[in-house]
Amino acid sequence: MRWTLDLRTVVVVLLLVALVSLPVYVELTGSRFLLTLFTRIVILALAAVSLNLILGYGGMMSFGHAAYLGIGGYAVGMLAFEGITSGFVQWPVALLASALFALVIGALSLRTRGVYFIMITLAFAQMAYYIVAGLARYGGDDGLTIQKRSQFFPPLNLSNKIQFYYICLALLFASIYLVRRLVNSCFGMAVHGARSNDTRMRAIGFPTYRYKLICFVIAGTLCGLAGALLANHTDFVSPAMMYWTRSGDLIVMVVLGGMGSIFGPLFGAVALLVLEEVLSGITEYWQIILGPLLLLVVLFARGGIDGLLGKVGQKVNHG
Amino acid sequence: MTLFIEQCLNGLQFGLLLFLLAAGLTLVFGIMDLVNLAHGSLYMLGAYFAATFAAWTGSFVLGAILALAATLLVGMAVEVIAMRRLYGRDHLDHVLATFGLILFFDELVRLIWGAGGMSLPLPSWLNTSVRILPGVDYSAYKLSIIVVSLAVAVFLYILVMRTRLGMLIRAGASNREMIGALGVNIKLLFTLVFGLGAALAGLAGLMQAPILTVQIGMGENILILAFVITVIGGIGSIRGAFVAAIMVGFIDTLGRAYFTDLLRLAFTKETAATAAPALSSMLIYLLMAIVLVIRPEGLFPAGSK
Amino acid sequence: MADLLRVENLAKRFGGIVATDDLTFAIPEGELHAVIGPNGAGKTTLIAQLSGQLVPDSGLIYFAGNDITAVPMHARSALGLARSFQITSLFLDLSVLDNVALAVQACAGHSFHFWRNARHEPELRDPARATLARVGLSARANLTASALSHGEHRQLELAMALASKPRLLLLDEPMAGLGPEESARMVATLRELKKELTILLVEHDMEAVFALADRITVLVYGRMIACGRPEDIRNNTQVRDAYLGEQEAVHG
Repeated sequence: MRWTLDLRTVVVVLLLVALVSLPVYVELTGSRFLLTLFTRIVILALAAVSLNLILGYGGMMSFGHAAYLGIGGYAVGMLAFEGITSGFVQWPVALLASALFALVIGALSLRTRGVYFIMITLAFAQMAYYIVAGLARYGGDDGLTIQKRSQFFPPLNLSNKIQFYYICLALLFASIYLVRRLVNSCFGMAVHGARSNDTRMRAIGFPTYRYKLICFVIAGTLCGLAGALLANHTDFVSPAMMYWTRSGDLIVMVVLGGMGSIFGPLFGAVALLVLEEVLSGITEYWQIILGPLLLLVVLFARGGIDGLLGKVGQKVNHG
Repeated sequence: MTLFIEQCLNGLQFGLLLFLLAAGLTLVFGIMDLVNLAHGSLYMLGAYFAATFAAWTGSFVLGAILALAATLLVGMAVEVIAMRRLYGRDHLDHVLATFGLILFFDELVRLIWGAGGMSLPLPSWLNTSVRILPGVDYSAYKLSIIVVSLAVAVFLYILVMRTRLGMLIRAGASNREMIGALGVNIKLLFTLVFGLGAALAGLAGLMQAPILTVQIGMGENILILAFVITVIGGIGSIRGAFVAAIMVGFIDTLGRAYFTDLLRLAFTKETAATAAPALSSMLIYLLMAIVLVIRPEGLFPAGSK
Repeated sequence: MADLLRVENLAKRFGGIVATDDLTFAIPEGELHAVIGPNGAGKTTLIAQLSGQLVPDSGLIYFAGNDITAVPMHARSALGLARSFQITSLFLDLSVLDNVALAVQACAGHSFHFWRNARHEPELRDPARATLARVGLSARANLTASALSHGEHRQLELAMALASKPRLLLLDEPMAGLGPEESARMVATLRELKKELTILLVEHDMEAVFALADRITVLVYGRMIACGRPEDIRNNTQVRDAYLGEQEAVHG
C-alpha cells in the first residue's frame, strides 16, 4: 500500500486508532453506551464495505442489499431457536444461505440494466422480507429473540461485549483488506472494466455477466456475515432488518463515505450513525435534516467524505 | 359465486388504484428519465391533505378537491426546487436524492400531523351498498373508486393521444432531445408532467384513505408495487401501466383470497395457513421475475431510448 | 490462399430500414480488404454482425472454415477476431496501459484470480507495453485514458484490438477525425500490420483506402454494388456515380 502523508491518510489512521482503543476509553469513562453504538457502527460498516464492492466498484446499484443482513441474521436466529447455538454451524449456514440467495437473485437481476436492475433487486429483497414476516414459527412480524449468542470454543465468548467488539472490528479490518485485494486483482479489473464499458469488455473477450455475478455473490456473502454479527449484537432478529429502507440506509452510507474508495464505507457508517445520534439528541425530527443533507451531497459532493478529504488535502498541500 | 364477483371487483378496484400511482411514475420516468422514489410521499400527502381538509370543511368531496389541488402544488414545487437539478444525471443520483426526499417528507408529516396516523370517514351517502347484480351487493364507495379511476384513465388516454400536450409527451418519451430542439418550453412541460404525476398519486392516496390507511410510511409500501407495475408494463408506457396494474390488482387480490384454499387442496390446514400469506405476497414478484426473463423491456416498451 | 472470412447472404433490417442486403463476400488470409460506401450504407452494422454485437436476421458467417454466426460476442476474440470502434469506446477512467492490459487479460484465460495485483503481473503488463510501442503510445502509458487527444484515442483503439493477437482485424474508421499527419502515421502502422494479419477496413479516407487495400467492396444501402481491385473500383462507373464522384470532388 502506498502511504502518502496527506489529510485522508491522517484521518484514516486517527480513526483506526480511535476504533482500536475505544474499549479502553469506555472502561475508563464507564460509558457503555458508546461501546454499543460503535459495535453497531463497525457491523454496519462491514455491511457497507460489502455493498461498496458491487456499488462503488462494480457499478451495480442493488437496492436489496439489506436482505442479506436479514438472511445472515435469521440463519443465526432460527438455528438458535431450534437449539443449535454453535457458531461453527450457524455462521457457515448464514454465509451459505446468503451466497445462495445472492446467486439466484444475481443470476436473474443481472440480466437487466439500470433502473430495471434497481427495481428488481428491490422487489426480490421485499419478497424475502414478506417470506420471513410470514414465518409465524419464528416470530413473524414481531421478530425473534435470541436467548444465547453464537457459541465457539472458550476463551471466545461473544456475550462479553468487549470481546465481541474486537471480533467485529477484526472482521471489519479483514474484509476491508479482502476487498482491497479483490479490487486490484485480475477479477477486480474485470469487474471494473464491466462497469466502465461493458460493451468493450465483451468485445475484447470478457463474458462480463459471469464476473458481475461472482462479485454479487461475494458481496452478498460478506453482508450475510454482517447479519450474523448484527443478530448477536442485538440478541434479536426481525423482518425490519431487511426492509427496503434499510437497504437505502446502506446505500446512503456508501455514497456519503465515498463510493469506490477503500475506507469510504467506514467513513460513511461512522458519519451516518454518529450524525443520527447527535441529531436525535437535538430534535426528534432529525431525519428532516438528513433528507435534504443527502440531496445536497448528491448534488454537490459526489465523492463523499473520501472525496472531500482528498480535495481539501490537496489544497492544504499546495497552499 | 357472489363472493367471487366481489373479489373480482376488489381486484379491479385495487388494480385501478395502482394504475393511478404507476401512471404518474411511468410518465415521469418516460419523459424526464427521472426515477422518483418520493412518488409514494405524494401519495401519502394526498391522503393526509384529504383527511385534514375534509375535517375542516366538513365535506368529503370538497376535502378531496382541495387535497388534489394541494398535492398538485406540492408536486410542482418539488419539481422546481429539487427535481430540476437532477435531470440528465445518473439514475443512482435520482435514487439517492429522492430517497432523501422520502426521509424528509416522512418526518415533515410526523412533525405536522403527529405519528398516530389519521382517519378519513366516509360521508353517509357513500357509505352504502349498491345492488349491481341480483343478489350481489357491492360497496358504493369502492364502485365510485372504480368509476373515477376509469374516468381518469380515459382522460389520460385522450390527453396523451389527442392533445398537443399529449403529443409532446409521447414525443418526449421516445426522444427527449428532439422536443427541446423543436423549441418547446421544456422546463414548463416537465413541471406540468411532474405535477400531473403528483396529482395522480395524490388522487390514489386520498381515494384509498377511507378504506385502507392514512399513516406515515404508507407510500413506501405501495411504491414498490407501483415500480413493479412500471417494470412489467414497460417504462414510459401508460397503456402498459394500465394492463400491468389490472393484472397485478387481480393476481394480488384473488391470490390473497383464494391461495389458502388452493394450498389446502395439496397440504394440511396448518401448512396452508402459515404458507399462504407469505406466498401470496410473493405472487407479484414472481410475475415480475417471469416478465423480466421473457421480455426484459416490459410488455409495452415505449419507443427507443 | 484459403478464405479466412466468408460471409454468405447476410441480411439485417431495423424495422423498415435494410441495413444489410443479401451480402456475400470472402476475404482470403493476408488480404487487406476495404469496405467503402456513403453514410448509411450499413458498414458499421456489418462490422457489428461480424464481431457478434448484432445478430443477423439471416445468412452465415464463416471464420477459418467454422460457422461462427451464433457465437456470442465475447467468445469471438478467442477465435482470433478483434474489432476497433468507430466511436471511441475505451475505459476512460483507467490508465492507457491498464486499458491495453485488460485486453491482454481477456485472452489470458479466465480472470478468476482474486488475490494478486493485476498491475504487477508481467504476463499482462509486458505484452501491453509492447502493443503500445507498436502504435506509438509508449510515452502516454501512465496517463488516464480520458486525458488523451482524439488522435491518441484512435491509436489506443487500435492497440486494444491488437492486444489479443488476432488473425482478423475489423477496423471501423480508424482515421475518423484524424488530421493529415496523424492519418499518415496510421496508414504507416496499418501498412506494417498488413504483413502479419488479415484486415477488414471500413473507411471514408479514400487516400488511405487506395494506398492500403488489396481489394475493395463498395456498399450502398446495405447492398454490394462492386467488389474488386482498387484500379477496377476506381474505374467502375456505378461506383463513381454512387460514391466516388463526391469523394473526388471533395479531395480535388
